[in-house]
Amino acid sequence: MRITENRIEEKIILRIEGRIDTNSSAQLQTKILQAFQKSKHLELDFEKTDYITSAGLRALLIGQKTAASKGGSMKLFHVCPMIMNVFNMSGFAKILTIEP
Amino acid sequence: MKELKVKAIDENLTEVLDMVENFLEGQCSQEVKNEILISIDELFINIAHYAYGEEVGDAAIRLELLAQPKRLKITMIDQGIPFNPLEKEAPDIDLTLEERKIGGLGIFMVKDYMDHLEYFYQNNSNTLILEKNLSKND
Repeated sequence: MRITENRIEEKIILRIEGRIDTNSSAQLQTKILQAFQKSKHLELDFEKTDYITSAGLRALLIGQKTAASKGGSMKLFHVCPMIMNVFNMSGFAKILTIEP
Repeated sequence: MKELKVKAIDENLTEVLDMVENFLEGQCSQEVKNEILISIDELFINIAHYAYGEEVGDAAIRLELLAQPKRLKITMIDQGIPFNPLEKEAPDIDLTLEERKIGGLGIFMVKDYMDHLEYFYQNNSNTLILEKNLSKND
């Protein structure tokens, strides 16, 4: 998995490429928390990934909780049907902000 | 048939997933392949984190292709403490953000992705047998 970071005005955008497997989930979590140290508003671009495990869900949950505690936001974009299915079956669709 | 026996540690996950990915080359859709890889990822990490307590032990992963319907049979074996992951309680997916925890979600996903699951303990080994149809997409 590779993550590239961009900043547009007050927003930080993380583009995720490849498998969010159990090992790379730690890297995703670190990147999300570092982004929230720099900005209250984060966007995650899921266009280049179609693989997430429960460890990846944990990283997103921590990100969402951090956003809530800072009065900020974490939005997910370009989520593929397979990952959307994971969000639906895990109940995460209700707690994450998923944009078309 | 293909079999791999490795130390059950996080660092060996990539080797395990690469072996499975190579074995499945040209055998199924990308979606089915990902469901298989995610399932093995979750189960291997469970063994790595919980089966041997503070010690390090082995995990064996065997892959076989079966016919009619075309399917993959996965056998995962460890010599850790007896534990049936299929009995793990399903997570409460209706909790709010503040209450949400992750425990149990991995097994929940594995159960959703696999078409057949079976656990038994014999010869001091946890044995988990999974089957996944390769020809369908759901």
